[in-house]
Amino acid sequence: MNAQVNLRTLRKGQKAVIVSIAAQGELGRRIRDMGLVPGAEIAIVGRAPLRDPVALRVKDFTLSLRNNEADFIEVAILEP
Amino acid sequence: MQRPLTVALAGNPNAGKSTLFNALTGARQHVGNYPGITVDKKEGRLQGVEADVRVVDLPGAYSLTAYSQEELVARDMLALERPDAVVDVLNAGALERNLYLGVQLLELGVPLILALNMMDEAKKHGLRIDGAKLGKLLGLPVVELIAKKGVGVAELAKIVTDRAAMRAQHPEPWRPLVISYGPDLDDAIASMTTAIEAAGFLTDRYPARWVAIKYLENDPPVMEEGRRAGAIGPSLEAMAAKAAAHCNDTLNTYPEAIIADYRYGFISSILKNGVLSRDDRLERVEFSDKIDRVLTHKFLGPVAMLGVLYLVYKITFGLGRVPMNWMQDGFSLLGETATSLLPEGLLRSLLVSGVIDGAGGVLSFVPLILIIFMLIAFLEDSGYMARIAYMLDRVFRIFGLHGCSVMPFIISGGIAGGCAVPGVMASRTLRSPKEKLATLLTVPFMTCGAKLPVFILLTGVFFPRFQALVLFAITLSGWAAALCVAWFLRKTMIAGPSTPFVMELPPYRLPTWKGLCIHTWERTWQYIRKAGSVILAISVLLWAAMTFPGLPGEEAARYEAARTEISAALDNAKTNGDEQAVQKLTEDLGSADNERAAAALRHSIAGRAGIAVESVSRYAGFDWRTNIALIGGFAAKEVIVSTLGTAYSLGKVESGETTPLAEQLAGDPAWTMLKGVSLIVFILLYAPCFITVVAIARETGSWRWALFSTAFNTGLAFALAAGVYQIGTLMGLGH
Repeated sequence: MNAQVNLRTLRKGQKAVIVSIAAQGELGRRIRDMGLVPGAEIAIVGRAPLRDPVALRVKDFTLSLRNNEADFIEVAILEP
Repeated sequence: MQRPLTVALAGNPNAGKSTLFNALTGARQHVGNYPGITVDKKEGRLQGVEADVRVVDLPGAYSLTAYSQEELVARDMLALERPDAVVDVLNAGALERNLYLGVQLLELGVPLILALNMMDEAKKHGLRIDGAKLGKLLGLPVVELIAKKGVGVAELAKIVTDRAAMRAQHPEPWRPLVISYGPDLDDAIASMTTAIEAAGFLTDRYPARWVAIKYLENDPPVMEEGRRAGAIGPSLEAMAAKAAAHCNDTLNTYPEAIIADYRYGFISSILKNGVLSRDDRLERVEFSDKIDRVLTHKFLGPVAMLGVLYLVYKITFGLGRVPMNWMQDGFSLLGETATSLLPEGLLRSLLVSGVIDGAGGVLSFVPLILIIFMLIAFLEDSGYMARIAYMLDRVFRIFGLHGCSVMPFIISGGIAGGCAVPGVMASRTLRSPKEKLATLLTVPFMTCGAKLPVFILLTGVFFPRFQALVLFAITLSGWAAALCVAWFLRKTMIAGPSTPFVMELPPYRLPTWKGLCIHTWERTWQYIRKAGSVILAISVLLWAAMTFPGLPGEEAARYEAARTEISAALDNAKTNGDEQAVQKLTEDLGSADNERAAAALRHSIAGRAGIAVESVSRYAGFDWRTNIALIGGFAAKEVIVSTLGTAYSLGKVESGETTPLAEQLAGDPAWTMLKGVSLIVFILLYAPCFITVVAIARETGSWRWALFSTAFNTGLAFALAAGVYQIGTLMGLGH
């Protein structure tokens, strides 16, 4: 298994696979509804000019979420 | 078969649902609101088929969990109206995520037809999709579409009609899809389902198994129903809690997460079964990503965004001004015509100052609203609006607002000269209820175009040398007030954590003209129809407040006698050819009329109210004349200038020619610079004009918040104005 890190720490262009999601309630529901579930592959597309939120690619579409929302998501890095 | 067939259109946002709806129904559609909330309810009739088929466009949703109002509305419509067929519009390019909603529709048991839209885009991205195979695996019809070009629409219309007609003739119960949620949950679901069936809880609306799953998903609306239904509610909650504890102990996760996992697992097993394959040679940087490299770039992104926002503002008010002026000219011509045709008196005054001015007030905003809706629809449909939110989220989040709040602020007068009416309507792009409410309540603080003539007058009198600088400071104060109050409201009355930002950044697409036009027209027509009547009524009310009860008999007689005397002298002078006397007497006649108008205004309800509150308003330095003008400003802020003119017996002061009024204020010892500043603060912040109030009521779906903004803003404005005046007086600035 590759290094397991928090989604927030990923850099632009990095690819990773989601390992776990700790968010519950409304945020957890929203995250899952949008396709972020364990096992899903993601790639960081970019960050907003103020470094937050982050844009990422998952299941063939682009999604943005805030850093403090990304904190709930642990990933394993696939490509540096 | 008398009853029309009903077909519901469901789908993710950005899947081309509106485009398909327009293609299926043509331009003939009906837009309303779901009761009590501001989610649009669109309906139309299916074109190109013989049967009478009603198409209901459900709000865009990613899921049927209870995340947003839109999702709840979609769910309730399906469960309560039981449509004869449901079309799920999918973006073929993101099939996996789009099927998440489709699978939930199947679990609900609705008679589903899948419409795979944007097949051309998917192909371009190297995705090969076998629609027939998908249909076979799920046991339902699948139609491949390019709705934008009309490809496949006729076929879909036919299949939908056939299916719906068949169901209507041979009704059969819905057959919900059963997905296994794994050994840990399936047992719990089974025993909960048995309990639900035994109690008959919600079984008239939803499949029992579906309700059981909702309990495991902690679905608030369903659990609410359970609590009202009696013993079944708590018992189901206990069973769900037990299952949750079990999941937590053994798997260190929650039932909700497991359910989502299995749903996505079910979808990917279907897609891997020969439905979806990828042509990896085509995997390349997408067109949208290329644009985003510039448009969301660290430096270029914000610069481009400022440019776009400025352009939207310029187009709205630059282009809108022309038809707006025609509209205003037309109405003033109408007013003049009515004035010349009707005898002087109450009826004429009612028609000209109440009805015609009121209708003019409603309709002169139409060009602005039309343009702003067109531009916002363009920004939304093209995908750029999501980027604006993405780039500004970090800033606006500090104040408890949303990145999309920027548009309403700018349009309302964030760039001085905007208008809060289209600004309030621009808040429709905000999907997060709390952030939207905070935005709606604070946009009226901006320096709108109607406040500008008042500010120009006051700054011209009190800061003639620094007028531009002070006007700029006023605009910045508007921003500061809006952001601070938003922050305050989000800490107190609209408290709560910010709505999750997890949001799709849709690919850039060129919007269709047809879609833009239909969208724009719908919204504008809604404004005319729904807001128009209320605005007209309030306009008449305000007219009455400034007119009745009129001068008491003896005083009116005195003014009349004085007028007759001057008229007689004037006639006399004219006969004698004494030009000097004619000129003087004509002026006297004018000032006699002006004095009479001022006295009548003082006697009106508004005038009496202005005098009555003088004992309080003097803490901010306002006398009764100012008070009357401020009351008049509730109709429209530019009325402040003309009412002030009437109150000072200057006759009708047009906002373009304020010199006599400016001289009056400059020469009046009661008008100190301090009073000027206090008045500017008050006018910037106090109650929005009632057209804005009506617009706020429509956008929030409740009069409560509209009235709140009227009272709260006035209170805040007075507190600050009085603060400025009192502190200034203490510092000896009041001379």
